[in-house]
Amino acid sequence: MSLKVVGENSSQENHKRNPGFALDMDWLDNVVMNRSALERRAGSIGARRTVKKQHQAAWLLKAITLIDLTTLNSDDTDGRVRRLCAKAKNPVRAEILTELGAQDLDIKPGAVCVYHHFVSTAVEALEGSNIPVAAVSTGFPHGLSPLETRLLEIEASVKAGAKEIDIVIERGQVLSGDWQGLYEQMKAFRAACGAAHMKTILGTGELATQTNVAKASLVCMLAGADFIKTSTGKEKVNANLQTSLSMLRMIRWFYEETGIEIGYKPAGGISTAKDALTYMALVKEEMGANWLTAHLFRFGASSLLTDIERQLEHQVTGRYAADYRQPLV
Amino acid sequence: MNIKDIFENLDYGKAPEDAKFAYEWIKENGNFGHFIDGQFTKAKNTYASINPATGDELAKISDGTKADVDSAVKAARKAFSGWSKLSGFGRAKYLYAIARLLQKNARLFAVLESLDNGKPIRESRDADIPLAIRHFYHHAGWAQHLEAELPNHTPYGVCGQIIPWNFPLLMLSWKIAPALAAGNCVVLKPAEATSLSALLFAQICQKAGLPKGVVNIVTGHGATGAAIVEHDDVDKIAFTGSTNVGKIIRETTAGTGKGLSLELGGKSPYIVFEDADIDSAVEGLVDAIWFNQGEVCCAGSRLLVQEGIEQRFIEKLKARMGKLVVGDPLDKSIDIGAMIDQTEVARVNEIISEGEKSGAELYQPKGNLPNQGCFIKPTLFTNVSPANSLVQNEIFGPVLVAMSFRNPDEAVALANNSSFGLAASVWSENLNLALDIVPRLKAGVVWVNCATQFDASVGFGGYKESGFGREGGKEGMKAYLKRNWEKRLKPVLAAKEQPKLTKTHEISSIDHSAKNYIGGKQVRGDSGYSYPVLNANGAEIGQASDGNRKDIRNAVEAASKALGWADKTAHLRAQILYYLGENLDYRKQEFAERIRQTTGASAIKASKEVDKSIERLFAFAGMADKYDGAVHNPPMRAIAMAMVEPLGVIGISAPDDNVLLAPITMMAVAISMGNVAVLIASNNHPFSMSDFYQIIETSDVPAGVINIISGNNLTLSKILAEHDRVDGLWFAGSKDESAIIEAASIGNLKQTWTTRGLAYDWSNNEQMGGNYLLERATQIKNIWIPYGV
Repeated sequence: MSLKVVGENSSQENHKRNPGFALDMDWLDNVVMNRSALERRAGSIGARRTVKKQHQAAWLLKAITLIDLTTLNSDDTDGRVRRLCAKAKNPVRAEILTELGAQDLDIKPGAVCVYHHFVSTAVEALEGSNIPVAAVSTGFPHGLSPLETRLLEIEASVKAGAKEIDIVIERGQVLSGDWQGLYEQMKAFRAACGAAHMKTILGTGELATQTNVAKASLVCMLAGADFIKTSTGKEKVNANLQTSLSMLRMIRWFYEETGIEIGYKPAGGISTAKDALTYMALVKEEMGANWLTAHLFRFGASSLLTDIERQLEHQVTGRYAADYRQPLV
Repeated sequence: MNIKDIFENLDYGKAPEDAKFAYEWIKENGNFGHFIDGQFTKAKNTYASINPATGDELAKISDGTKADVDSAVKAARKAFSGWSKLSGFGRAKYLYAIARLLQKNARLFAVLESLDNGKPIRESRDADIPLAIRHFYHHAGWAQHLEAELPNHTPYGVCGQIIPWNFPLLMLSWKIAPALAAGNCVVLKPAEATSLSALLFAQICQKAGLPKGVVNIVTGHGATGAAIVEHDDVDKIAFTGSTNVGKIIRETTAGTGKGLSLELGGKSPYIVFEDADIDSAVEGLVDAIWFNQGEVCCAGSRLLVQEGIEQRFIEKLKARMGKLVVGDPLDKSIDIGAMIDQTEVARVNEIISEGEKSGAELYQPKGNLPNQGCFIKPTLFTNVSPANSLVQNEIFGPVLVAMSFRNPDEAVALANNSSFGLAASVWSENLNLALDIVPRLKAGVVWVNCATQFDASVGFGGYKESGFGREGGKEGMKAYLKRNWEKRLKPVLAAKEQPKLTKTHEISSIDHSAKNYIGGKQVRGDSGYSYPVLNANGAEIGQASDGNRKDIRNAVEAASKALGWADKTAHLRAQILYYLGENLDYRKQEFAERIRQTTGASAIKASKEVDKSIERLFAFAGMADKYDGAVHNPPMRAIAMAMVEPLGVIGISAPDDNVLLAPITMMAVAISMGNVAVLIASNNHPFSMSDFYQIIETSDVPAGVINIISGNNLTLSKILAEHDRVDGLWFAGSKDESAIIEAASIGNLKQTWTTRGLAYDWSNNEQMGGNYLLERATQIKNIWIPYGV
């Protein structure tokens, strides 16, 4: 391949969906990530950029709109999912929004994310809210069930009303360098998704190297992923800033080469408002503020929302807030 | 701006650090005197210290006079015996207390530093102050372990230390921590523009209960610094600052025997190979050139990028520059703060506009600078060549120049195409490539896949005109210590009167005329003149070539062509030195006889000198593969290697005593470490070395590694001292002659070692048979290699 020179980083008003591209092994060969340099950049971002007072409040409201409010536990029930959806419809207490002058901003999370089993429950609970339902799929979290059943799982979730499918990759394909296999599988998953957006979970904590993370990111994007996502939340190491940097830089490179904007979703372990702000600063610095919209960036989180609410309440009252005063997620 | 707007545009807004406590501290202390003998003096001859971000006056600082310096030096002298006799643990406790107190006042120091210097609070808070604290912790350990780690060493005494304005407290720490750990007392002058953190530090010394007089701080301008440098009772000068001032200090201290370490300017290359992680390399440049507004001696200010990725790299770099925020240093969300003062702003802007006129292509990102204060945008020049002054000169501001290279050899050639040699960065994911480049770079610090990393455990300091001496690590401790024996050296007894020519030449054998030995050949001198060589009785025993400028030129030329000697294995260099010893041993009677003949030494003494010379050849053969480096322990996931490297071309001038042993010793030391030598034989007794030509010729010494010239030692040494291709100069001679030689060395700031009329004992192994001279034949390159997948 011949590498393109970086163009103007302009926000595309009409987001164009990733049509998918041929697997470009030359491009893949050019991908390297230097871990220690990524760590230094990641480590300094929180010190280089900070938001205070009303800026912080505005950023935190934005953060809420970027959350995939998630419940992915083996003891989930319909009741639990309904409660989550109710929270999604009213993520912040009305009086706080009013005090902040944000009552017209239509603050609601990017999606509600559940197992296939609860898709229909969530769809029903969210009816009329315009909040999409995302389903984790393809043998989540390990991705090792038979390929046919993984494809059927996607189709079933789409049929049940999921607008977004969070699929998992087979980590072994990355570790063994089977890029062709990974590419084919992603293409098949994407076809099964149809109109639903495909979010590709890489399981970055199990990919061993930052270069593997970057290469896997590229292969998934070439195969047609709409989002690339760090983790299932079930690995030992979930989202972190240096891995985010690897993935964001691959998204940027992909955009430079193809003009297609791919979304990014860090998931697992992001539980404080401060964490969220640091991630947002990283995205703004590396990608531009235009990437901080729900169709290009999501947090996979649940308890994050409560911490954000507490900070917003503090902003309004000047008193530190208690978690039990925020409606349970 | 309301929340709705911010929700849409996601501006950062302002995040100012509260400077209240710093202002309160200034208000309480505002009118500053000096810190001498544990007390603050009354303020006098004051001038204003200005906040460069606002132009506001912060405080009044006293301009130190000669008398102030004198009383500070006296206080330091008085304190020295007590401080240096304190146990290592005793000194360690004070250094530890200082570290703790700095830590407890870290934010006050950080805010004060940003107010006074204009640097971003993020940098003073996250870099300057933590590194300064770490320096005191680290050196507390050195104080305690000094005796075991550096036995038979002793402190200099009173150290005069002059520091710049770019890292006020950090440079103070780099100077004071090792000096105190070693047992010295100090008189330190902070830069006139940034004295506040040093004055707060003085209060920390008081709080730590540091014995009075151990640390003295005299504020003021250049004249105050000059008074320290010129003071007779100062034993060592440590200076960080510009190369020009460094040269003046070298000249001023020439011949005084004052220890000297200089950390000077730089124009450090930042080399990016096409297999690098390009985005990370772009980000690394932010650390390299836009850290501290580019006011960094080791700033990576010369970007060298491989041709295949150049265009893409530059575009990415421009995009990154567009994200850098220039603004209020106390705002936590800015990247670049204020330059130190309006003079510097005007100077750098002048360079930028001259650069544009020269045809270089200027890039500065869009956006506005603050309305007032000393600000300059991050600046990039492309379309420049090595011939452009933008590329040659240190700019000391946020200005990067970018060039491309085709292959690794060209990268090295461009990197080394500078009179400076402070630091370098190398970016490549290929370990083989990176480690091929690192040893070839003439720089004291090399960062692989990173930039601008510092730590107390790792030496920092330059090659070439970036200065000499190291700060940090064991190598840094050595800069504040002397050998015990060195401090006890006595002046040479009055030299024996040289015999006058009493008899004309008696033809007793075949005519003996010594030529020069250059580039592996015996060659006739350029002048066509010879001078008579007399025996001890004043009879002429032959003629020696009377060397001149051109002989020196030719010898240095030949030597520099033989620099590949350094790339030979240490084992091979050892083998050749052993062979020299072996061949000298075959002919030892003849060499002893020659010493007897020319100097009138007794047979026993002459034969002892030859035996000792053979021993020395063996000694340094044996050291060739043993005098090596270290792996340091900075607090990060990295390998930091201290690598021992030769200086390059070393000029050597032999004394009139020890006519064989002294030159053989110096030559053996030099070449054992991979240097090449231009040696001037003893003025009056050159035949011992001209006889040695045949030994060289039969010992497989590559042409140019050893070059020998006879003639007037002082005249020829001065030519060597002034020669810019000579990297080091060792001169045995009187105090006055040594002063001339040292003063003449400032052209390229070559490292000098002179005997200054002192009675070094050439036959003493502790003095001349080991590390003492090896240290002078080498310089340490510290290489940082962070790792991880």
